[in-house]
Amino acid sequence: MILDVASTPPDEVWLHPSPRLASMRRVEVAVATGVAAFVVLVVIAVGTLVGIPGLIPAGLLLLIGVLVAGFLGDRFAQRRVRAWAYRERDDDLLVQRGVMISRLSLVPYGRMQFIDVVAGPVERAYGLATVRMHTAAAASDARIPGLTQEEAARLRDHLAELGEAKAAGL
Amino acid sequence: VNSAAPLDAEAWHRLHPLSPVIRAGRVIIGLAAVVGGALLSGGREGRGGVIGRLPFLGIVIVIGVISWLVTRWRIEDGDLRIETGLLRRQSLRFPLTQIQAIDIVRPALARVFGLSELRLRMGGSGGSAGRLAYLTAGEAESVRTQLLALSRGSSQVLAPDAKPVSDRVLTSVPVGRLIGSILASGIAVVILAVLVGLVVAELVAPQAVVPIISSSGAIGIGLLTVVWRRLNSGYKLTVAETPDGLRLSSGLLDTSAETIPTGRIQAVQMVEPLLWRPLGWVRLEADVAGRHRREGENAAEGRQLRALLPVGTRQEADRLLGYLLPEAPAERSPAPTRARLKSPLRYHNLSWGRNQRYAVTTTGRLARVTCWIPLAKVQSLRLVQGPLQRRLRLATIHLDTAGRNLHSAIRDRDADEARQVLQELTGSARTDRQAESRTRANASK
Repeated sequence: MILDVASTPPDEVWLHPSPRLASMRRVEVAVATGVAAFVVLVVIAVGTLVGIPGLIPAGLLLLIGVLVAGFLGDRFAQRRVRAWAYRERDDDLLVQRGVMISRLSLVPYGRMQFIDVVAGPVERAYGLATVRMHTAAAASDARIPGLTQEEAARLRDHLAELGEAKAAGL
Repeated sequence: VNSAAPLDAEAWHRLHPLSPVIRAGRVIIGLAAVVGGALLSGGREGRGGVIGRLPFLGIVIVIGVISWLVTRWRIEDGDLRIETGLLRRQSLRFPLTQIQAIDIVRPALARVFGLSELRLRMGGSGGSAGRLAYLTAGEAESVRTQLLALSRGSSQVLAPDAKPVSDRVLTSVPVGRLIGSILASGIAVVILAVLVGLVVAELVAPQAVVPIISSSGAIGIGLLTVVWRRLNSGYKLTVAETPDGLRLSSGLLDTSAETIPTGRIQAVQMVEPLLWRPLGWVRLEADVAGRHRREGENAAEGRQLRALLPVGTRQEADRLLGYLLPEAPAERSPAPTRARLKSPLRYHNLSWGRNQRYAVTTTGRLARVTCWIPLAKVQSLRLVQGPLQRRLRLATIHLDTAGRNLHSAIRDRDADEARQVLQELTGSARTDRQAESRTRANASK
């Protein structure tokens, strides 16, 4: 999946988000599937009570469909989690992501305008955070989700330090 | 107002006292139209309509006067500082070293009174633009000269009238060709289609024509507005080389003069629309950092780039390009043949080239768009590969610049080549960036 930036020297490693991101995504997909399944069950129950015929087989088929979709969604989400990777090189940060469309962003440290560390409620529950790098170009999007909070803080400080050292004007 | 006043760095300055009147200008013009109508028809309702609107005009003017009273500005410590607001006090500071461009805008009504608006374009993507509306024309010129001098980092301020500015005109657009270019553009085709539709409707169902016209009036006005803006913004557009940088001036009724300091252009784009190709015309646009929307522009127009040459021959464009981008790469390599499967319409335009200082990309489905990016201005690079591209072993490299909306991408290259190019471009961009930083540091010493 990884575009495998040519000639990766062996001493430079691609880092990945925390494994907890995988379980977080799994729980997210599970919750979404559960909600959908619950809605289907409620519709079946209410419909049967009101007396609509033939609802139970159709509903069960739908329920199986929801569960299969959830299963496939989980597999896809896991592949996406595995696709995230980043590497701090001497002069720039590389961020690799995406399964269907694979993207490799390359942001020179000197071009970073500011760095965000965001943690939503779900991410906080898992002790994770997303680091986002901003340049003066609106199009450049380099973010790394699912970092442990220590790693996020380390990366933020490291990038800020490098950014200051190598800053360049517009 | 004496022109030396803005040089006093300590004093606070006010905007011109007529500013509220000009800001209320649209209301006044609207009211004048109503009054005119009332006088012509002489009806009582007309007069009632005018009197009914007077309080509204009064409110607009009172708000304008209050905002004029509480607004003041001065230049301090290399910043332009504007204080404004009655209830919510705002103190805005614009660091002059980060100016991307300075515009002097003169709407038709302001021109009647000899006033101008000064706008600073800053690098940030959001935030309020630095606006001084309105100053007298002389004042605006001298403030601009002064701000540009400060933005270059020169500490001593030149007297505004000390040196005659020696402008060298690079290009200028004949009016006839501008009108021709609008006639041969997409919008003209749309208008023609509408007119043909109306004629057909007249022939088929004459009674339906009047409702159609009256119900689609807003669209018609919209189309005419677009045509008018294009005419106004390109009218007598002149690009001149000045000691401060490029000076673009244009306008029929509302005039504007924009100064782009040297080295602030993020990218240059040449567009060759399909309809212009038989005529051999091209359009040249420059991209400057900072999201900036002119008054009265909608979002789509705000994203439009500043045309350096709204319409010109290939020779004129080449001359201007030679000035803007010395030693631009001449050679370009076309995309691999299998890219035809992924981008059938774009394929015949796809190519790219580079040298140590610039990358040039060509793309476009109907119009051919060529884009030059100084590698020193590249903010980030992205290598993207979609599912179809993966199957075809192709990849696209996006070059992100701080410009407004110029999207430059080296599309559909061989995947291996793209990876190598990414490495090379990264290296060149770094070298150029460092060289530019050094030059700038030396210049400000």
